[in-house]
Amino acid sequence: MPAPVITARDLRKQYEDVAAVDGISFEVSPGESFGLLGPNGAGKSTTMRMVGAVSTRTSGDLEILGLDPNAHGPDIRSQLGVVPQADNLDTELRVRENLLVYGRYFGLPRRTIAERADELLAFAQLEEKSKAKVDALSGGMKRRLTIARALINDPRILLLDEPTTGLDPQARHILWDRLFRLKEQGTTLVLTTHYMDEAEQLCDRLIVVDHGRIMAEGTPAELIRAHSSREVLEVRFGADRNAEVAKRLEGVGDRIEVLPDRILVYSANGEAELVRITEAGLHPITSLVRRSSLEDVFLRLTGRSLIE
Amino acid sequence: MSAESPRQQATDAPGAPRPETARALAAGTRPRRFGAWYVAEHRFRVMRSYLQTMLATGIGSPIIYLYGLGAGLASLIDAPVASQPGAEGVPYLVFVAPALLASAAITVATEEFSYPIMLGYKWNPTFTGMHASPIRPGQIVDGIVISVTVRILATSAVYYLFMLLFGAVPSPLGYLAVLAATLGGLAFGHLLMAYVSTLEQDTGQIALVMRFLVLPMTLFSGTFFPLSQLPWFLQPIGWVSPLWHATELSRVFAYGYPEPLWLTVVHVVVLVAMAAVGWIASRRIAARRLGR
Ligand SMILES: Nc1ncnc2c1ncn2[C@@H]1O[C@H](COP(=O)(O)OP(=O)(O)O)[C@@H](O)[C@H]1O
Ligand SMILES: [Mg+2]
Repeated sequence: MPAPVITARDLRKQYEDVAAVDGISFEVSPGESFGLLGPNGAGKSTTMRMVGAVSTRTSGDLEILGLDPNAHGPDIRSQLGVVPQADNLDTELRVRENLLVYGRYFGLPRRTIAERADELLAFAQLEEKSKAKVDALSGGMKRRLTIARALINDPRILLLDEPTTGLDPQARHILWDRLFRLKEQGTTLVLTTHYMDEAEQLCDRLIVVDHGRIMAEGTPAELIRAHSSREVLEVRFGADRNAEVAKRLEGVGDRIEVLPDRILVYSANGEAELVRITEAGLHPITSLVRRSSLEDVFLRLTGRSLIE
Repeated sequence: MSAESPRQQATDAPGAPRPETARALAAGTRPRRFGAWYVAEHRFRVMRSYLQTMLATGIGSPIIYLYGLGAGLASLIDAPVASQPGAEGVPYLVFVAPALLASAAITVATEEFSYPIMLGYKWNPTFTGMHASPIRPGQIVDGIVISVTVRILATSAVYYLFMLLFGAVPSPLGYLAVLAATLGGLAFGHLLMAYVSTLEQDTGQIALVMRFLVLPMTLFSGTFFPLSQLPWFLQPIGWVSPLWHATELSRVFAYGYPEPLWLTVVHVVVLVAMAAVGWIASRRIAARRLGR
């Protein structure tokens, strides 16, 4: 087992009276793709900024590549690629210039940077936009440029804070594809997301975070197995009737979750549960059987939806 | 600072450092040493995008002001201007030119140390981007100082050439006025940078500074007429004004303005102190703000 590239023990960050990160511990192995899944305000970005050696921790232990960020910020950051939640590309410079300038911050020779910039523009599918202004790029392109910029120093660890939030489905898939390639090349990825499909797609292992604490940890499959049933039956009786109907569904499935717009029935066999419901004389407006997802895990653990 | 030294870790760690640790320590060396210059490089690249504006104002304003005040206003003011009652007077153009030089330096400093700082922290947070690389907050500030110093020096040098052309510099030591003006620009600029760095939001504070600090400073710093002509209760404005100190210092170099040596020393000390305080404060604020 190789030594972990990131070790966090009881990591905390206090902002005045807000405990943004409230005692988080985890390890990330080299080459692993590690996720932080949680709703807005869970403390994901704050954790990422501490791991990124920019934000000073309030307490706890943190080691990145065997170094303490308090003493070795620049050294650690020389080995990281960072895709922050909010783009901070330089809008006063052109697309390619953004890469050239950023490479210099790492003290890399201009020749090396120029070569890598061209490779990375190709990787990010932005070759035609090389001379464009940053503001002229679409959201997806900006994100890809930010990823290209984060790779200019050939980082050991790539930190991605909500890489696809705000992108349309097509742009998200292009981005996922790029991240897959990096993963295949052995880059260690640490990413945050509040999309469970993204977490399932990209993460080998993840922690579910809420209110600055870890609610659960494991591979997506393990988490689903441990905290949810194999299948979920979703039935809708209309917003005003769901709560009332739910009372009559006692005993159906392993567990029932009533949401404002639908009822979730957790069970190993969704179809069988639907038959039982209709036999009881209840006729949902719509019904759907699907596999359990991380969304269900989150709902189970916190009683809330990931996206509210 | 010893905890910052790369060797420390190697001796602290049990056994030899891991290869990726060694790699990190090696890769961190150049940015630790030269980070400020990399930031300056960035600023120069950005300045290139408004090079034309820079050249136009850099060449246009000395011509306009020196011509306007020299050929225009000076022709109305026949009597030589004496800096202090009783002192020997000089032609108005000679009197006003060093002040215009200092004022031009402060104008450039005001431009560069105000909105671009707000831009880097907030509107287009490139400072956050730099800080995510090996660059340290203090180096961001240093890099900006380096690049702006170069721009102020260049602007002042051009201004000085036009002063020579207009015959406004009798003293052979006149070129030192360029340094005096640059120092004045940095003294005011660094303090301004420190203030702007504390702003979470610009709800008009920067515009207020321009209107109620920079403009009055130009009027009450002995720029167009000697400070001694102001009523006594307005004169302290000059004493705390970096523009006044820079102007008086420029006059000493440009035409051997008669003032006691101790006062000349005071100008230098005040300007250096202001520049140093503003610089150090800006670095501290940057570290606090970016490291939250
Ligand atoms: N700079 C800050 N100052 C004060 N509070 C902050 C700051 N940054 C984050 N917080 C607070 O910390 C909590 C966690 O925020 P964040 O890490 O951004 O969550 P997430 O990325 O999971 O949405 C939130 O309550 C947020 O308001
Ligand atoms: Mg966030």
